Amino acid sequence: MDKKKVILEIKNLSISFQQYDKGFGRTELDVIRDLNVTVHEGEMVAVVGSSGSGKSLLAHGILGILPYNGVIGGTILYDGGELTRKRKEQLRGNEIVLVPQSVAFLDPLMKIGPQIRKGKKDPESKEKLNRIFESYHLKQEVQELYPFELSGGMNRRVLVSTAMMGNPRLVIADEPTPGLHMKMVRRVMSHFRELADRGAGVLLITHDLEQALEVADRVAVFYAGTTVEDADVSDFAREETLRHPYSRALWRALPQNGFQFIGGTQPYVKDLPEGCPFGPRCEQFCEACRGEIPYRELRGGKVRCLCAE
Amino acid sequence: MKHHLIFLSKQAIRMILLLVCVSIAAFFLVSLSPVDPLQANVGQAALGSMSQEQIAKLNAYWGVDQPPLERFLSWASDFFRGDMGISLLYRRPVSEVIAVKFANSIWLLAIAWVVSGVMGFCLGALAGMKQGTWVDKVIKGYSLVIASTPAFWLALVLLMIFAVWLKVLPVGLSVPIGMEAAGVTLADRIRHAVLPALTLSITGISNITLHTREKMIDIMESDYVLFARARGESNWSIFKNHGFRNVILPALTLQFASISEIFGGSVLVEEIFSYPGLGQAAVTAGIGSDVPLLLGITVISAAIVFGGNLAANILYGIVDPRIRKGGAGL
Repeated sequence: MDKKKVILEIKNLSISFQQYDKGFGRTELDVIRDLNVTVHEGEMVAVVGSSGSGKSLLAHGILGILPYNGVIGGTILYDGGELTRKRKEQLRGNEIVLVPQSVAFLDPLMKIGPQIRKGKKDPESKEKLNRIFESYHLKQEVQELYPFELSGGMNRRVLVSTAMMGNPRLVIADEPTPGLHMKMVRRVMSHFRELADRGAGVLLITHDLEQALEVADRVAVFYAGTTVEDADVSDFAREETLRHPYSRALWRALPQNGFQFIGGTQPYVKDLPEGCPFGPRCEQFCEACRGEIPYRELRGGKVRCLCAE
Repeated sequence: MKHHLIFLSKQAIRMILLLVCVSIAAFFLVSLSPVDPLQANVGQAALGSMSQEQIAKLNAYWGVDQPPLERFLSWASDFFRGDMGISLLYRRPVSEVIAVKFANSIWLLAIAWVVSGVMGFCLGALAGMKQGTWVDKVIKGYSLVIASTPAFWLALVLLMIFAVWLKVLPVGLSVPIGMEAAGVTLADRIRHAVLPALTLSITGISNITLHTREKMIDIMESDYVLFARARGESNWSIFKNHGFRNVILPALTLQFASISEIFGGSVLVEEIFSYPGLGQAAVTAGIGSDVPLLLGITVISAAIVFGGNLAANILYGIVDPRIRKGGAGL
């Protein structure tokens, strides 16, 4: 793994929104702060965090499709160079692709085939799409259907097909399996695993740790807008090999490990505590946790905790 | 195919019901009005010189003394057979008068309808795509100003500018004064239709622009446009592939529904430009107590407006694949 090239490196990413308060006041809402993730070629990295914690914005930030009032900070390096706005526009849809949650992200009034081809009608694009459909065992007639006519099983393969129209080197999958049963989840995940095995970097954004552990190589644990731990999947085999108290709490919450839960809820971005965001729910909380917490290397992974050792 | 037939027959039944209701309402409103059928038909002076017996005879002859329901049924059954009665003012069958007036109006209405539809759609789509920019602000500002401007006032302003000051267009009527009907050219007709059509178009645009803009903004904020952007589609490609496709449906409905507004506007505008169309005939009939003509125009107008809405419904089914293929929503 170490020899493989880094395809995506996100350093201290922050995403904030400008909001207008009553009167003329303006506030900045920091949805993501100090986020760090690295994806290598042929590697599948899962960003795992609870629902509604702003994980999707990470995908939108990388692709440059944040709403107009979104401000992005920090550094994103792609293939060794900074991923500027201009580069994002050039690369998205071709080298950097997004696989969305559901067919709701497809235009309801455009047939599948032309939609995946982005309206292109040249023989080359047609030929390419035919090949992609073949490889996913989709009938060619499906190209003539509208999104509402797809069956649940076809949906996922069609969405993955959209990614294959380019030459993906980085695939971002945003909650690709909401509300699917396990068998289906495995099948969808196998598509992404396949993409990674063919050499692309895959960034899987999900709330489902169990799923992530089945297919991913590494897991970045996302809490209250930041990454608190970066661990190899094998570290999740035992609680002791994990580094951050939140990761350990997630581990204990898995069905096979006792379904235990901890008190409290993830803080809303507006009322984050000072210092460690997990502080109020942490058993090891101490005075020093109120200060700045660095994201440091530890036992081959990374952690944002003073007490971890 | 079967649900298409059901849909069409449902619509046909609806249209008949609507026309029946409109004619009942119109008929009884007129019978409640102070218009005295006898006086309207023979005139004030003639009525004054008649004896009570003569008046009673005429009343019986015309059926004035019959109960309203019977009068309505006899009018409706004649109307159903194509006999709309004789216009008091024009002294010709109502159907003929309406045909002539309608032929005049249809030019105005068609031009205004097409221009306001096309322009409104283009401006609205542009503003929606460029939401928040100065282009959007200018278009939105223009639409809001025009939407709050009364049509008759705008007509007067245009009249002052083009007919009085610049003297490039005629003040009114649909053909030059004092010219033989045979000598009137198409160019003459067009010159006379420009100002009224312009007034109707300008006032019609704003409504369509604002609605199209609103719809376009919704589309631009949708998940599928977000995904299209994530796939590297350019603004033009997004408009071509997704914006146009999705905004044309509501725009079509709006366009056909706007027939009623243009029709309503034409009543005022034709009056100001003395344009001898259906709208002006309606006003004349109302003021001149020409009951058969008034009723005839009312029913025909209702049919035209309903026809517009029906066309929108049918087109929707043809254009929207979810309705066409699914058969749902009908």
